[in-house]
Amino acid sequence: MTEKKEELDPLIVAGRAFRSRLIIGTGKYKSYAENAAALEASGAEMVTVAVRRVNLTNPDAPRLADFIDPQKTLYLPNTAGCFTAEEALRTLRLAREAGGWDLVKLEVLADQKTLYPDMEETLKALKVLIKEGFQVMVYCSDDPVYARKLEDAGAAAIMPLGSLIGSGLGVQNPVNIRLIVEQARTPVIVDAGVGAPSDAAIAMELGCDGVLMNTAIAEAKDPVRMARAMKHAVIAGREGYLAGRMPKKRYADPSSPLAGLI
Amino acid sequence: MQVTINGETRVARQGDSVETLLQSVGLVPQKVAVERNGEIVPRSRYAITMLADGDRLEVVQFVGGG
Repeated sequence: MTEKKEELDPLIVAGRAFRSRLIIGTGKYKSYAENAAALEASGAEMVTVAVRRVNLTNPDAPRLADFIDPQKTLYLPNTAGCFTAEEALRTLRLAREAGGWDLVKLEVLADQKTLYPDMEETLKALKVLIKEGFQVMVYCSDDPVYARKLEDAGAAAIMPLGSLIGSGLGVQNPVNIRLIVEQARTPVIVDAGVGAPSDAAIAMELGCDGVLMNTAIAEAKDPVRMARAMKHAVIAGREGYLAGRMPKKRYADPSSPLAGLI
Repeated sequence: MQVTINGETRVARQGDSVETLLQSVGLVPQKVAVERNGEIVPRSRYAITMLADGDRLEVVQFVGGG
């Protein structure tokens, strides 16, 4: 029953439909096995992955693909760790060759302390990627003006931060997130900052199309259980948004009828 | 001749292809992506792309990340 409802409300990114509106990262887990178990519990169909040099001294080291099958789960190559447009472009061109698909996540960071997105470099990289035929989901600040510029440049999804990467501080600027959602014609996915399931629910209640998280699950005491909690939180938030919440009131309004009181 | 692969110097023979080099270091060519002197080498060209002395190769794969 629930599943049927979800199927009617897919997340569509770059023409691909996803039943789950949760995207999870694959960093910081104790092992790839734990990561795979958390993925299973989360119900996510898309995971972010990094592109890194292969280990030449130990080419037989465990590989992500041995635990999370790229045929079953969409790998979303990410440019985490890139601080210039040029680095990000190089990484994604390699990612396209490694994976054989065009859907990628762009993030160009400004500094190590905040990992805040450098929007000027991000927009620059995005324009080149679009020309080269990539479908680009873009990590960005919660600035509605820049969100619009990204969309105009052809972004496949706008991914504003809830708060700083890995901070777990939740959605710090719900007003801006809502502004971005209201004007967007492409999916808006809150990326970064989610710490607790309630944070994910808040993002979804604001009307976001999805949530991306990594640390909130990977650094929970029980990552598999947290992954399951996040799955439910995203569904709850989405359903709540679609249901339309009651208006807020300043004073009490009794739920039981006043007529017939003894 | 010498080539650099992921920052490490390796000895290669004249006539070695990218594919030969990948296999010689124990890598499965289908599972990695290669950049040679800043240019992507398409996977379909590993076997026919011959190495030259001083080539700089980057060999990458997908790993866990956020």
